[in-house]
Amino acid sequence: MYVYADNAATTAVSKTALDAMMPCLTECYGNPSSLYAIGQRAAEKLAEARSVFAQYLHAQTGEITFTSGGSEADNQAILSAGMIGAKEGKKHIISTKFEHHAVLHTLRRMERLGFEVTLLDIPENGVVTAEQVRRAIRPDTCLVSVMFANNEIGTVQPIAEIGAVCAQAGVLFHTDAVQAAGHLPIDVQAMHIDLLSLSAHKFHGPKGVGVLYARKGIALTNVIEGGAQERGKRAGTENMPGICGAAAAFREACLHMDENAAHLIPLRDKLLTELSKIPHSIINGDRVKRLPGNVNLCFEGVEGESMLLLLDEKGISASSGSACTSGSLDPSHVLLALGRPHEVAHGSLRLTLCETNTAEEADYILSVLPGIVDYLRDMSPVWDELEHGQRKHQI
Amino acid sequence: MALYSEKVMDHFQHPRNVGKMDDADGIGEVGNARCGDIMRMYIKVDRDTQTISDVKFNTFGCGSAIATSSIATEMIKGKPVREALKLSNRAVVEALDGLPAYKLHCSVLAEEAVKAAVRDYYDKNGIAYGDELKMDCEHCTACDEHQSAAKAR
Repeated sequence: MYVYADNAATTAVSKTALDAMMPCLTECYGNPSSLYAIGQRAAEKLAEARSVFAQYLHAQTGEITFTSGGSEADNQAILSAGMIGAKEGKKHIISTKFEHHAVLHTLRRMERLGFEVTLLDIPENGVVTAEQVRRAIRPDTCLVSVMFANNEIGTVQPIAEIGAVCAQAGVLFHTDAVQAAGHLPIDVQAMHIDLLSLSAHKFHGPKGVGVLYARKGIALTNVIEGGAQERGKRAGTENMPGICGAAAAFREACLHMDENAAHLIPLRDKLLTELSKIPHSIINGDRVKRLPGNVNLCFEGVEGESMLLLLDEKGISASSGSACTSGSLDPSHVLLALGRPHEVAHGSLRLTLCETNTAEEADYILSVLPGIVDYLRDMSPVWDELEHGQRKHQI
Repeated sequence: MALYSEKVMDHFQHPRNVGKMDDADGIGEVGNARCGDIMRMYIKVDRDTQTISDVKFNTFGCGSAIATSSIATEMIKGKPVREALKLSNRAVVEALDGLPAYKLHCSVLAEEAVKAAVRDYYDKNGIAYGDELKMDCEHCTACDEHQSAAKAR
């Protein structure tokens, strides 16, 4: 059996998306900036795609900018809000410790540009509060950036409440909704969201397409200079196949959001419940305020990469926040922010499901994983010490 | 291209000489759980011939940490103790048909685990040793932090 359980990393392109993309590569290959018929047909498709995102985000079409992905959208949102703030002498930005690196590293860049950044601590359940945001806001705060849902542990943040706090304080609010878009309802009006980033390949669209929503009146600063595409705010000939695929995938995801969640939540909860029965394991993040397909736990005494390799051998694709998989010496900053000790964070496992995953696949994971954890623990000198009281169990 | 060579995957999936040794003559442990890998190596020494008659390991770590431990045990088993000390991380990497650059520190850990086990054996038996057993981490450019906690048990 093969089980793809890494849908937070990327998803398979759906047939709907592919069908929308193909004509852009074949008969409708024109440049939307060209005045002749084939170009104008492309321009119409571009406008249609834009209106799909506007519709399901409860935005206006003029507020939608297509980018190369979530990272570019995050970069542009933060840079733009910073430039607006700087004009008024406001150079303080609030965010959280467990944002995606597309946000955290952009914030580091803002610091080099003279901004001051406050990163909020992460409560034990992985859900920051609007009150934390309210307390951190200062007279010189120009931006609050809080992710909609965390990419590793799947916790969903109180975006509407944070939006209300920001609106009341007159501070711009950006949310990185890369993991949430297409999976959770988003209403930029009701949630007081000023800037929002999303990425198509997280909801069965193609890679290389993102959207930046920016409320009307918010002047965007270009990340890419050049032609007049995207109202002059994002140069470069539009990625027409990607954009049309993204829009088709987004519409489909939004139309089926409730039934997808109804399918996924029982699978997620079964995996969380059963896997947390493995001794000395712990669920990362709130069990309820959580993306429908996200399962994330730590197993003490094992190392994540080994677990992934053995799962791969059994036909299961998953991910981990161990140092070896993060490509650095430290395990995931998300798990550390959550308060997991380094030793425990190295043994994390993330399974992210989508609507095509089945109950049989979840059962297969459950039939395989406990044996892998046992096997690695048997081999581990750390586990030996833990079991003989020479080292204290941390979970 | 796969992350690891076939040789690495073979040793990861079928580790040689894995397990505890209750009557070990020398035990070496290097690494740090905080950094994500610990290797513990056990050696049994034939006193007459001063050869390593048996070797076992326990490792907490990634695929390459397990593979380097496994192949290192194969490379020193049956060898004179003095020769085992000459096992270099480079030799471990070559025997595994290479490692990704950011995994090279695992091969250093394997070399150091062997040295730590031999040093423990020497210490327990009052055998003097020289510079070749110094726990020198500076030659590992892959990672400084990983090496700092090297210690003999």
